[in-house]
Amino acid sequence: MAGVAQVSRRMTVANPRRSFLRKTFGKSELWRGVIAIVVFLCFWEIGARSEKLFGYAFPYFGLLPPPTDVALAWSKVLVKWGYWESWYQSFQRVLLGFIAAQIVGIPFGLLLAVNRYFREIFFPPFEVLRPIPPLAWVPASLIFWPTNELSIAFVTFLGAFFTIVINVLGGARTIDVRFLRAAQSMGASQWDLFWRIVLPGTLPSIFTGAAVGMGITWEVVVAAEMISGGGTQGSGGLGFFIWNSYMGGSLPQIVVGMISIGIAGYLSSSAIRMIGNRAMPWRHLF
Amino acid sequence: MQEAIDIMDFPDSTAGADAISGRVDLKSVSKAYGEEWERQEVITNLNLEITPGALTVVVGPSGCGKTTLVNLIAGFETPDSGEILLDGRAITGPSKDRMVVFQETALIPWQTAYENVVFGPKLRGELARDALRQKAEGLLAKVGLAEFMHKYPLQLSGGMQRRAELARALINQPQIMIMDEPFRGLDAMSRGLMQEFFLRLFEENQRTNLFVTSEIDEAIFLADRLVVLSNRPAKLRAIIDIHLPRPRRYQMLSSPEAFRYKRQALEILHQEAMRSFRGSQAVYSASGR
Repeated sequence: MAGVAQVSRRMTVANPRRSFLRKTFGKSELWRGVIAIVVFLCFWEIGARSEKLFGYAFPYFGLLPPPTDVALAWSKVLVKWGYWESWYQSFQRVLLGFIAAQIVGIPFGLLLAVNRYFREIFFPPFEVLRPIPPLAWVPASLIFWPTNELSIAFVTFLGAFFTIVINVLGGARTIDVRFLRAAQSMGASQWDLFWRIVLPGTLPSIFTGAAVGMGITWEVVVAAEMISGGGTQGSGGLGFFIWNSYMGGSLPQIVVGMISIGIAGYLSSSAIRMIGNRAMPWRHLF
Repeated sequence: MQEAIDIMDFPDSTAGADAISGRVDLKSVSKAYGEEWERQEVITNLNLEITPGALTVVVGPSGCGKTTLVNLIAGFETPDSGEILLDGRAITGPSKDRMVVFQETALIPWQTAYENVVFGPKLRGELARDALRQKAEGLLAKVGLAEFMHKYPLQLSGGMQRRAELARALINQPQIMIMDEPFRGLDAMSRGLMQEFFLRLFEENQRTNLFVTSEIDEAIFLADRLVVLSNRPAKLRAIIDIHLPRPRRYQMLSSPEAFRYKRQALEILHQEAMRSFRGSQAVYSASGR
């Protein structure tokens, strides 16, 4: 028995790199995902070329550019500065709105949760403003803010803000009262209760809010870019990239823009998940 | 076990120093919940004295107000009338003098077992870092968690969680330990083990203890004094002094004396149950049928 244990230990210690590779590529769920995407791409390719292949265009699929055309269009824009400029601009806007929403939204939500008077005063107007879709704010914010850039930032901010506040409020209000009581018996002040119980107890909800808010921010930023980006101030971004491709009649390039946004969103939410796992080690034990 | 006793009895201990401390007096305490028009009396005119240095076990029908009693003594809630005194001083709020071990577990999930244990002393800044660490590690070893002290509560089994919580309460050196059905939710096996473990802890260092349970066997196995409460609203129904020898062994539960105590207690509880049953029948017939 001891021999077996020794051997297996030596293997993992001597070859951490190999075990990492095996961990990443040896997983069957990874390969299932890869196969699913490949099959989907094949289906799309055949569907898009169905008119030439079978003399009959599949509904919807027959109108799409085939993935090979999309890949070709992508390889062309990949080397162009403008494409990366769009990425940069969209990311900048998303981050600006998102971080501003976190900075304002987390303290606001916590205040709503811990102070009754604050909640009674600010929760009703908050609930009235919350159902207004961020895009409904676009015209007003274009008038209100001096530059296009600021109004886009404001609308993205709103997209994330309400979700973050609602999550923080809900998370902080559902903390088990026994934790608070136990801490109180052990001599915790109000300040200790807040820092050691309420705040860490709300962290999971803060990260849930951040993940959902990040998704909404991407939706809003792209739409806002489409609406305002084509104007005189030439603000660009991935939304404008799609809009521009549509105006130029380049179907494959529209799809390039769409997939780019998908990847950007995925990268953003992975980053949030990663930070969340770091910040809450007690949640990922098994 | 013997060496571990020293760890608990630090010279700065206030709890172990004089054996008379930790006496709790409840004087005609009442507590009700709800708005005025639908007030629910939970505890009515309860007079009870918790003997220092003894293990007082409270039993009563479920929902009779045992947890409310715990909350009142712990200071999480205040009585509507009457007063509660600890060593002659009125209780005004939660304090480390009265530590509660909660139902299920109330270990803080984002702190490791060790962090949970040092939480109280660290907040109050009582001990130097090294002394605190030594004390906490000693206590954790005592409850058998030496190898698990840097695990999070979710990584521990139910029994381990209860033991960690015991250690967390003990390090604060309370004058009275209040246990609110602490072993509820454990399977029968770990429950039995935890009872014996808890008894050993108590018998080593007899501090005042209030133990609330709804299990009659558990109550008799542990208790010096058995307090039987009535149905809601809770009133004092009987106090049975349990004269089983200490240290207790599990086998004593099947002795004739233990059986007599059990019968005595069950008799009262049965009467209470019947009364509440008849009470509900009375309401039923009064409603015109």
